[in-house]
Amino acid sequence: MAALELKQLTRRFADVTALDGIDLAVASGEFVSFLGPSGCGKTTALRLIAGFDRPSSGRIEIDGKDITGTPPNRRDIGMVFQAYSLFPNMTAERNVEFGLRVRKQSRAERAMRARELLELVGLADAAKRYPHQLSGGMQQRVALARALAIEPRLLLLDEPLSALDAKVRVQLREEIRRIQTRLGITTIYVTHDQEEALSISDRVAVLSKGRIEQVGTPAEIYGSPATPFVAQFVGTMNRVESIVSLTETGKVMADGSQLDVEAARGRRPGERVLLLVRPETVELQAAADGGHVGSVVSHTFLGSVTRVRVVAGDSEWTADLSGERAAALPVGSRVAIRFPAASAKLLSLDDAEPFEALPDDL
Amino acid sequence: MTPRGRISLSAAIWLLLGLAYFLIPLLATLLVSLRSDQTAKCCTFANYAYILDDPEFWRTIKLSFIVALETIALTLVLLVPTVYWVHLKVPRLRPLIGFLALVPFVVAPIILVVGLLDVYRGTPQWFYGEPYGFLVAAYVILAFPYMYFSLDTGFRSIDVHTLTEASQSLGAGWPTTLLRVILPNIRAAALAGSFLTLAIVMGEYTIASLSQFNVFSVYVQYINQNKANPAAAVTLLSFGITWAAMLALLFVGRGRQPTAAQGAG
Repeated sequence: MAALELKQLTRRFADVTALDGIDLAVASGEFVSFLGPSGCGKTTALRLIAGFDRPSSGRIEIDGKDITGTPPNRRDIGMVFQAYSLFPNMTAERNVEFGLRVRKQSRAERAMRARELLELVGLADAAKRYPHQLSGGMQQRVALARALAIEPRLLLLDEPLSALDAKVRVQLREEIRRIQTRLGITTIYVTHDQEEALSISDRVAVLSKGRIEQVGTPAEIYGSPATPFVAQFVGTMNRVESIVSLTETGKVMADGSQLDVEAARGRRPGERVLLLVRPETVELQAAADGGHVGSVVSHTFLGSVTRVRVVAGDSEWTADLSGERAAALPVGSRVAIRFPAASAKLLSLDDAEPFEALPDDL
Repeated sequence: MTPRGRISLSAAIWLLLGLAYFLIPLLATLLVSLRSDQTAKCCTFANYAYILDDPEFWRTIKLSFIVALETIALTLVLLVPTVYWVHLKVPRLRPLIGFLALVPFVVAPIILVVGLLDVYRGTPQWFYGEPYGFLVAAYVILAFPYMYFSLDTGFRSIDVHTLTEASQSLGAGWPTTLLRVILPNIRAAALAGSFLTLAIVMGEYTIASLSQFNVFSVYVQYINQNKANPAAAVTLLSFGITWAAMLALLFVGRGRQPTAAQGAG
């Protein structure tokens, strides 16, 4: 039995469908992230699970029990919010104790549990401090301890790191994962940051326009995107419109060149497909003679790699190369684009919806 | 350049002028209050003794104070949940309520009291004939704008939605959320509204006088008309007592907890 099950969950606001019949089963102890751009419905889904909002239709079940109509304070769900959710009038310790006070636990029990949890999040010596005396990262740790104090059946995290700076964010997300694994608590994590989702989740559900595009392990989401949206949203991906040309040897035609793609085998000849190639698998060879040829238009230094942009015909390619290799291919040089035939994926464009480009800053 | 901790000459002059504006009338009143009512000579405490010996002084000040406390309690009970709900669920009603809150400023008390006496005619005697009933009902209307705008500011300074949802997700129902989470964080605003209400009720004359309730302001007016020097004494006494009452409220309102700064940084 799934710890959490969403069945055809739908939420409509006046003329907008924020969530369009999503189905999802989350196993006990699993860490699932809802990933998507703003407005994709991920926060709506979380608020429905928490009970702060009612679905237009569909059901929510926890441990097989329908909780769709249960008010939020009787759901036993712990939640960590984006920011500013600690009660300003209470010390860290009192904040953590709050849920236990509501549950009428004795003072000794409460104090013990609060100390235990503050220790778990590494803030045992900040127990007597008020929220305004804590940094943003510390506040979120207290908020996590507070959510866990009630031993919830489910832990919900609503972009808990979005208000923090980059370094604290990485540190804290690892800690969230460590604590989650240690306690074995079923967790739903909402984020628009794909790196965050891929690095800490057991499974990731990618949402767009109120629907789940794909659910899978981080490796599946990254390596085998099921839809053009996932391909574009998760990681950087070369996307080139192509036509399946040879189905026996596996070739596609892109910008007038024949490219080897194993995934083309067995497909329908003439099928319109989107060719997907990760930049880290692309190889560029100087002074090319034949093959798919283009010219280098820019270099972007990214630290461990240099991202090289190449224009070939109507399409643009990016390749992540080591600094040394990139230096050998200055802007303007002609290069051949190669990639392992087994690494490329194809998505059919014949039966897909028209593919809209997303803005780059997502 | 002004060295740290020192005040420039122009600032000092303005400060002194401001202080003089407030203090000179008080000082004059003090001097008058110290003159004998018979001989008009300084200085005697006879006027204060006269007032403090007058049972009517004690009766009316007690009455006004109780009416004020009742008004504060009733206004808080009516407005805290209302303003909370408006901020949480129907923020688009805020301008409407803000407009309604201005009505008591627009309608003069003299008109208000005539209207209220008419509206409440026929209500039971324990309400219509008692200051704790009719007068409080009228004062709640007078206090509405002061309390509303104080509370509205207080609610705007906290994240009502997140705090409410955090409290609910931890298992708290509405009463617990309101009393344990929301109220402590708008305490400063509620106190400010209460001070204003107290000051207004202690000094309100028109409504009390026209509805024929002999409250403190009516007593002061009576003394004023009949005995000039004790009137000065009673004015100063009421000034001091109102201040003491505010301090007491502040003390009670602060409760056990230390004053934590509002809003998490």
